[in-house]
Amino acid sequence: MQKVILVEQDKCTGCRLCEMVCSVKHEGVSNPSRARIHVIKWFMEGFDMPMICQQCLEAPCIAVCPKDALARDEELGNVALDYDLCIGCKMCVTACPFGGMGIDTVSSKVIKCDLCEGDPQCVRFCFPAALQYVDANAVNLRKKRDAAAKLAELMSKVVAV
Amino acid sequence: MALNRRIAYINLSTGQIEAKPIPVEVRKKFIGGRGLDMYLLYNHTEPGTDPLGPDNVAMVSAGLLTATLASASARTHVGAKSPLTGAVGSANMGGFFAPELTWAGFHHLVLKGKAEEPVYVWVNDGEIEIRGASHLWGLSTRETQDTLKQELGEEVQVLCIGPGGEKLVRFANVISGMKNAGGRTGMGAVLGSKNVKAIAARGTMDVEIRYPQEALEYDHEVMSHIADTKFAQIMGKYGTMFIQSVTNSTGLVRTQNFQHNQLLDAEPIECEHIEEYGLGTVGCFGCIIHCRHRYVVDGIFDEGPEYTAQGAFGWEVGCNNFETILKGNHLVNHYGIDILETGSMMAWAMELYEKGILTNKDTGGLKLEWGNDEAVLELIRQIALREGIGDVLAEGPLRAAAKIGKDSLKYNIHVKGMSNLHSDERPTPALALGIATSTRGADHLRSRPAIDLYHLPVPVLEGVYNNPVKYEGKFTSDYRDYEGKAWEVLWQEMMYMAIDCVGVCKFHSVFLSPNLLNFDNVSKFIYHNTGLEMSPRDVWDVAERGYNIERLFNIREGFGRKDDTLVDRYFDEPTTRGLDIVRGKTIDREKFTEMIDEYYQLHGWDEKGVPTPETLERLGLDKEPSHRL
Repeated sequence: MQKVILVEQDKCTGCRLCEMVCSVKHEGVSNPSRARIHVIKWFMEGFDMPMICQQCLEAPCIAVCPKDALARDEELGNVALDYDLCIGCKMCVTACPFGGMGIDTVSSKVIKCDLCEGDPQCVRFCFPAALQYVDANAVNLRKKRDAAAKLAELMSKVVAV
Repeated sequence: MALNRRIAYINLSTGQIEAKPIPVEVRKKFIGGRGLDMYLLYNHTEPGTDPLGPDNVAMVSAGLLTATLASASARTHVGAKSPLTGAVGSANMGGFFAPELTWAGFHHLVLKGKAEEPVYVWVNDGEIEIRGASHLWGLSTRETQDTLKQELGEEVQVLCIGPGGEKLVRFANVISGMKNAGGRTGMGAVLGSKNVKAIAARGTMDVEIRYPQEALEYDHEVMSHIADTKFAQIMGKYGTMFIQSVTNSTGLVRTQNFQHNQLLDAEPIECEHIEEYGLGTVGCFGCIIHCRHRYVVDGIFDEGPEYTAQGAFGWEVGCNNFETILKGNHLVNHYGIDILETGSMMAWAMELYEKGILTNKDTGGLKLEWGNDEAVLELIRQIALREGIGDVLAEGPLRAAAKIGKDSLKYNIHVKGMSNLHSDERPTPALALGIATSTRGADHLRSRPAIDLYHLPVPVLEGVYNNPVKYEGKFTSDYRDYEGKAWEVLWQEMMYMAIDCVGVCKFHSVFLSPNLLNFDNVSKFIYHNTGLEMSPRDVWDVAERGYNIERLFNIREGFGRKDDTLVDRYFDEPTTRGLDIVRGKTIDREKFTEMIDEYYQLHGWDEKGVPTPETLERLGLDKEPSHRL
């Protein structure tokens, strides 16, 4: 079963550790501007949203790539970038609706989440578990279970009345 | 890499800006953060400098390990000569400012002189610019940050002062984000005196990690350990407010200024009540503990409150209304004044009011009675804006007492002119010694051996406190004892200094739990992230050097043994409440004096508390000020 990174926004504490470990893992440096993941923060309103490549099924980045440098990885199931084919035209950056395709500020190359070859460091370091690397079929049930728990709470109040 | 971060001297009078590298030899001696700031303070001020004059210097810094894989490397340090005490000024805060400053290429900013008009300093990817800030003057801390984010981009991090700093409240703080406050010793007033409203930073520059894979693995190992502790789990749920239920039920807090050591009906301000207002907890940069709550009260959104808020707007002033704590917390963040000093000054004013030393005439009709929630909130505003009696209280303990006169000073709970935390140290000699000797005045974050309160078995104490330097005396588990406590205070001084030098949060170190970071961990973090080889003992030596520099600064300003003490009430008035084991307690003068003697001896200081020539030579401080930076 292929796995996906599940983002549970309500568990995110906004610490941005995921950004740092991502840049250390991929570039050997601490520099969030070179990370593949970003926590978008509204400090004064109090809202934090981790943003990362969604590994879309009908991926606009794959569709728009003129050199077929982007393709589905059969093993991990993610959208993989082949730097040998990439010409750095950045059409994928334009096409991505999530900002999942980035431009590295040092090399000017396109960068994207590669799931750290199956051991995503952002997930590993996310102790509040706002990021989870789970089986694709577990996502649905997990979401349903969380929603059901909330409904159960509401229902219990109705029953109590 | 971290070691190539520079120091920038910013002359506000002339507009001249000069950036310099920080030599590795200096790093090895002072590491960075607070340690290096204190070196700079000692080197860049003359004795007797007016803290609110142009000759004072203000340092804003990141630690050596800021924005690296070192557990939680988010802390910003701010230093200067304190306008509250005249001793070292030093304050520390969490949030995201220091990492952004680091990514912008700098570790230390040294602000000198005074700008003619209000300005802010813009630090952007290696460049520094002084810009006009007339449009920001008068704005609250949140409005200031909102405005600068609109001007410079959502990603900038801002450190700023509020109206309290502009009006030179002597305990004004600096604020970044919603609630991150460099609170103590009046650093906001120093920036205000220099006409500096804010510092904004934005950086996209690499911080090279020397051994990336090892750093990732070691950091994960340490974080996993921290995450498993009960301490981290409770902190992540309730923040520091969880401490209150323990300290109050035991009788270790000061209530109604210093009249009692327990608030009798404290249930309404227990930490669990945050759940009625809270929106969950959030973390500073890179922190897995996430101890701060987001909350809404009366339509006002803010972050906090912490243990200090419960004390300042709870038991110290005799209030037991959770909303008063939430609102008070918001007001001090909004105006930019130190929550702890504000609460203590108010509690003191209330006792003076009770005793008739302050009257309605002095307070403009404000009834400063215990538990008067409205008066508490109004008085915060008056202090921050220097209105009415607030203008007097804004001067801090010693100056306010001089203005009020009579015997008002004897009721104030301060050390070296800075108010104490809302804790009562009469039953706990170790904690009493800690506040009495702290270099920045009464304070729990300089040297408090908080784990002494846990009655830990002696072998556990030995395991913690004999590393990396062994104590030759005996430890005792009972927190009411005097034996072995001088060393615990000294060890914690070294621990907190080391942690402040690397820019990590004290909650990740041996502070509230014996199982967290120690000198060994700091040594490894430094190696993996920067490549610098510093043994645990080397780190200890840096801490000792830094603490001695602070001591030298204070001595140069006229402080000495006479100032390493407590107000008479600690020795004369027994505690009235709490568990039997803490009831009827005072600090024993004779034993306290012996503790001070031992403490000086352990430090290598003479009987007056002055480092001996041998100590200075051992630490390589015999030629200070050396003006290397």
